[in-house]
Amino acid sequence: MNSSPQQSAVDSDVKIGDRDALVAVSDVSFDYEESRILEQVSLTVGRGEFVALVGPSGCGKSTILNLISGVLAPESGSISADGLTHHNDRLGSVSYMQQKDLLLPWRTVAENGRLGLELRGVPKSESTDRVRELATSFGIEDVLDSMPNELSGGMRQRVALLRAVLPDNSVILLDEPFGALDAITRSSLQRWLSEVLDRSDKAVLLVTHDVEEAILLADRVLVMAPNPGRIVAEEKLDIDQSIGSDAMLTGEFIGLKRHILDLLNDQEMGFGASL
Amino acid sequence: MTLLFATRGRVIEWLPAIATTVALVVLWEVLVAVLDVQRWLLPAPSVIFTELFDSFAFLMGHAGTTLAEILIGFAVSIVLAVTIASGIIWSRSVERSIYPMIIASQTIPIITLAPLLIIWVGTDITSKVIVIVLFTFFPIVISLVSGLRSVDQEMVDMFRTLGASPWQIFSKLMIPSSLPSFFAGLKVAAVVSVIGGVIGEWFGSSSGLGWLMKIAGGQFQTARVFAAIVVLSILAMALFAAVVAVERWSLRKYPPTANRVIRLGDS
Repeated sequence: MNSSPQQSAVDSDVKIGDRDALVAVSDVSFDYEESRILEQVSLTVGRGEFVALVGPSGCGKSTILNLISGVLAPESGSISADGLTHHNDRLGSVSYMQQKDLLLPWRTVAENGRLGLELRGVPKSESTDRVRELATSFGIEDVLDSMPNELSGGMRQRVALLRAVLPDNSVILLDEPFGALDAITRSSLQRWLSEVLDRSDKAVLLVTHDVEEAILLADRVLVMAPNPGRIVAEEKLDIDQSIGSDAMLTGEFIGLKRHILDLLNDQEMGFGASL
Repeated sequence: MTLLFATRGRVIEWLPAIATTVALVVLWEVLVAVLDVQRWLLPAPSVIFTELFDSFAFLMGHAGTTLAEILIGFAVSIVLAVTIASGIIWSRSVERSIYPMIIASQTIPIITLAPLLIIWVGTDITSKVIVIVLFTFFPIVISLVSGLRSVDQEMVDMFRTLGASPWQIFSKLMIPSSLPSFFAGLKVAAVVSVIGGVIGEWFGSSSGLGWLMKIAGGQFQTARVFAAIVVLSILAMALFAAVVAVERWSLRKYPPTANRVIRLGDS
């Protein structure tokens, strides 16, 4: 099943500087068909921390999540998530919500939601109960018996997130979870996400190209540049996110947004100048 | 249920086919009468229908033999095709060793093989079943393999991140995703299975529509040959309709990921 390079021997001697870092990526490079996608990427996500990774499309943001989740194996460097250093061990132990909802059209919402538990061998009655417990806070309690094609895009994303987090892993990876939605649905789901995710003992890594989304949700923002993908800046945020959408109108918020956009633009300019 | 209670909408759907058939039959009847064609050379539709009516029980008896051969052959083909397609999906070496043989099997002129089959396994039902399997397993294998292969890679990755084993990915994702292709193959197989049955019977049997056509043809009972052809066509259409009915039922239960009917030109 796994066609990715199997150079995982280096995985075993990961050095975690921060004792409580649930995710530690160090000096990871990755090639695809002879071209370098990621160059020497290092990052950590601590327990209870929400980190956003922003960058232009095609800069390898999703590849980082594929590497942390174990879908891909790194060319060089080491990755640890929840203490698991081999990519095959991480499969099934890291919650990963992909960009598309990827709901199975022949399963009801409840059956889609419990897929992760079902694959682990949890009995149907127990996994269905677990879906019901979370369904109310996810706002999908009325559609549990509906088929995915009867749901709106926003509802489908809620189901996809529930499916990803139901196995209760410590590490949660989100790849542009609301990228395909309209602006109004997106902003309401962003606020909802910050409420619904119990992150006290979890590490959340969000990939997005939406700078506002990153500032609204994250404790820390990492800025990426393309060709090859690398992390070029880091911004620690301590603004009050509790005031929801109004937060976006404060001078502090706008200043931060400008600053991060400048960091992104600098990269593009730098790249352009070197040509 | 919808098959039993054909609605008015369905009758309208079938109208063009019925009108075309009736027009051709009338043309045929008129041309045979006007050109005074000999009955043993080309019987008029009215003569064929008379034969069909007079020998109905006789024809049905032989149709039963052929239908039994087809159903057994079809079942064997499905089991064989599912096994081979799964082997091809699971192992590159199975694929490399078996694919050339599958294609080679389709280049065997079955008309030359059929008499040998009679010598090898005798004139009972086995020889007919083998011929039907040779005709039908190929379209099923090819379409099933392409269906299993066409599964969305992102879906596979999603299953992997949830900790799915290869077997779970196969059974819970790839098999349901491959149903539309599988049924496309089954529909081709349903129609060619009838030809397989007739060819199998042609070379050594004591009953069946193929045997009947051979005997009647030899005795210049051309109307009976045509009556048997009519029964065979109805048999093929009924098999095709049965596959379509099962397809509708299973695709309602397992809807495909992309669920769109593409129609070019007039609707």
